[in-house]
Amino acid sequence: MTTDTIGRFERSLAALEVTSEVVPASAASERIGTAVDDPAVGTALPFEGASLPDAVTAEPTPAELENAATGVTPASFAVAEHGTVAIASSERGDEPVSLYPDRHVAVVAGSDVVADLGDGFDRLLEGFSDGRESVVFATGRSATADMGGLVHGVHGPGEGHVVVLEDR
Amino acid sequence: MASDPSRGETAERLRHLLETEGEIVRPRASEDNARREAAYDELADLETLRTEARAIKEEAIERLPELIQTVRTAVEENGGTVYVADDAADANAYVADVVDVAEADGRSDHDRPSVVKSKSMTTEEIDLNDALEREGVDVYETDLGEWVIQVADESPSHIVGPAMHLSRERIAELLREEFDPDVEFETAADLTAFARDYLGERIREADVGITGANFVVADSGTITLVTNEGNARKCAVTPDTHVAVAGIEKLIPSMEDLEPFVNLIARSATGQPISQYVTMLTPPTPSPTLEFDGPDADEPITASDGESDREFHLVLLDNGRTAMREDDQLRETLYCIRCGACSNACVNFQSVGGHGFGGETYSGGIATGWEAGLHGQDAAAEFNDLCTGCTRCVDACPVEIDIPWINTVVRDRINRGKDPGTYDFLVDGLTPDAESGSGVPLDKRFFGNVGTVAKLASATAPLSNWLAGTGPVRALLERTIGIDRRRDLPVFQRQSLVDWFEANGGAEASRRRARVGTALEREAVLYPDVYTNYVDVARGKATVRTLEALGVPVSVPSLPESGRAALSQGMIATADRRASELYGELAADIDAGRDVVVIEPSDLAAFRREYERLLPEASFERLRSNSYEICEYVYGLLENGADVGALSTADGDEPIAYHSHCQQRTLDLEAPTTAVLERCGYTPETTGSECCGMAGSFGYKREYYDVSVDAGEQLAEELEGSERVVASGTSCSDQLETLLERPVPHPIEVLGPDR
Repeated sequence: MTTDTIGRFERSLAALEVTSEVVPASAASERIGTAVDDPAVGTALPFEGASLPDAVTAEPTPAELENAATGVTPASFAVAEHGTVAIASSERGDEPVSLYPDRHVAVVAGSDVVADLGDGFDRLLEGFSDGRESVVFATGRSATADMGGLVHGVHGPGEGHVVVLEDR
Repeated sequence: MASDPSRGETAERLRHLLETEGEIVRPRASEDNARREAAYDELADLETLRTEARAIKEEAIERLPELIQTVRTAVEENGGTVYVADDAADANAYVADVVDVAEADGRSDHDRPSVVKSKSMTTEEIDLNDALEREGVDVYETDLGEWVIQVADESPSHIVGPAMHLSRERIAELLREEFDPDVEFETAADLTAFARDYLGERIREADVGITGANFVVADSGTITLVTNEGNARKCAVTPDTHVAVAGIEKLIPSMEDLEPFVNLIARSATGQPISQYVTMLTPPTPSPTLEFDGPDADEPITASDGESDREFHLVLLDNGRTAMREDDQLRETLYCIRCGACSNACVNFQSVGGHGFGGETYSGGIATGWEAGLHGQDAAAEFNDLCTGCTRCVDACPVEIDIPWINTVVRDRINRGKDPGTYDFLVDGLTPDAESGSGVPLDKRFFGNVGTVAKLASATAPLSNWLAGTGPVRALLERTIGIDRRRDLPVFQRQSLVDWFEANGGAEASRRRARVGTALEREAVLYPDVYTNYVDVARGKATVRTLEALGVPVSVPSLPESGRAALSQGMIATADRRASELYGELAADIDAGRDVVVIEPSDLAAFRREYERLLPEASFERLRSNSYEICEYVYGLLENGADVGALSTADGDEPIAYHSHCQQRTLDLEAPTTAVLERCGYTPETTGSECCGMAGSFGYKREYYDVSVDAGEQLAEELEGSERVVASGTSCSDQLETLLERPVPHPIEVLGPDR
């Protein structure tokens, strides 16, 4: 990771109209709290010193998931070139939590932001050999042009925000 | 069959599509095509990626039986099931059983089992929805375009954008009729919001989620889904049963092989650098299943404690693919990644959409391969002739499939499948070709042997021109060989280019005349293609004058046809013979170090592309590397010291509009012409339209006349404001001269010195 890579990642996100911020892990909880729309659901963050704020319901029920305005999940890694976050499927439900609510807040360690798709595939393949074998590369907001014009927020989130942990 | 009664019907059907669906498809397809070009341009290593992707597909198809075993082992080890279905009925029956069992396991509290689906051409191919509905299953498409098609009870008109032919207004009308909603349908956002809510509910209730697969990774059992909406993810992970239906050709060996495709597929399909969601699922996945109704709705989704009760079935469909794999000509079709780039790049597709340029399931240029392989030759016969061989799809295809060649081969096979025509005597004496008695329709044999026709017409000009212009003759031509009477016929010159050149002293005199220029120590053989020789003789004369002025002596021997005309009619045996004859006649010149200069881009394209399949490799290489498009050649001469002052030059910024030629563009030969025009003091503006729509014989044919003119009008519109217009191809010039009502010469006629 270099500052350049994170800068590039943020620029790619901005081009996709996904907001982002770079914060220390200690500030993550507070920043996530500001970034979510209520009601919010989330899955546990695996970053030392960073946790979900109380306002975010961890281990949601399907009913809570269905009603949530925001879903917060960690990203295994991110690809600066495209503004992509890699969300791994887990028992905790990262896949549905990142998908169902209209707003997705992804949290990624700065050291996990890689430069380009080639590096992203290297990370993906590492994950595969470690048993993390279901991953989505999510880039920007859900979109369709099928209804006679470009619209965001179809089956997936129509808004996105990424919190990059600068010291993780 | 000479007076095929279906010609009029075909014309009528296409005219209707032009006016209805084509109006909507054209801007969308051409916009996607422009976006694809821009997204390709961003990739510095585009060609490496395409070659790599192609090689992976070649290897995968080669190793297919082994990969099927590998994926079976991988999926079963993961806890899923693999079923290889021989055909549509087999696949449908299997899926119906899975749904039956899933419903009996019963998380659903509604009366009928329900299935949610993400978009999949493979399930369209087997009519899975109809089959399931017959079994009492409710099936909901969740991709918005596919859902609209389902509501409309239509078939997809585009591989990627199934509802590409429907306007927003029409979609609103359809949904209003079906759902009688309380909300207003003013904008695309209104429609999308309604669809999201309605389909969201269907997904939450469903017993089974069915997806296709863009790629199936054999050694891990990973299903890759490339989508923008997010519906495929939801279908795959919400219900506890996931069925993925994929053709066996979707298998790739390992995860490493996925990367070039992820890099290419969104670019080629929609011009995006990457699609919103590239989902790589190795099912059954650890994601918790979601029950939005019933007692579990209030239990945390993680409650099952890592015990995923998911069920996964991978249905691999053969349905003719194994036979395609064994067919040397159709095998390439299996490399297709279904991105629809060949449709977007195709001028005829842009005009009529996939309901015109498509078969039972697939549409666009590659559809000929798919339909012929999966549904039989007849399924391809209906639309195959809409491929004019313009080759604009060749650069678009991310896996380098020679789509025009597949169309040519299938056309040849369709021809051969027909009974010999009753009017064959009309051409038999005239044109002893290699397809005699083989059932090739009369019109195709006429156009495929156009050189012989032109020779005779030239010899009898101006009488032949006068006769051909009379009403009774036009009516006869329309009835027998289907030449539309609205189309101007070529005017044949009494003195051919070859005769003119001989009358002016032949090669020896040319050598004397060329001495005035800078000595470049090159000699050229000008290939007198049929049109230059008998019709557009002026551009041939301009070429001779240009080359001599630049110091290159020329010879213009009488040479056989290139076979281009035969190829475009699917007469491969005739083309093959022509290629050998022509190479035989040119071999001595090439061995003597002479350059072969070609004016007509489609003939050069034959030398550089199709001859690879018709000539021995060494012969092909010799001809390919020693033949040049005229402006490419002039550019080379100027680069090597020839005096630009010998040409007819302008002041420095004289505007000129230049329409290259479809095949010339595919050969990357637009640039040399614009460069030469610039060096001669012009400011060339090039056109954006993919093809003029005339495409040799295509624009003459009664059933395609309207389609041809439609494409021509798009091009003419671009050129309307230009005072001076030049075009490289004979067809392009003919089409433009008719539509713009003024002369459209070859660039060499503008650049050549007056004499």
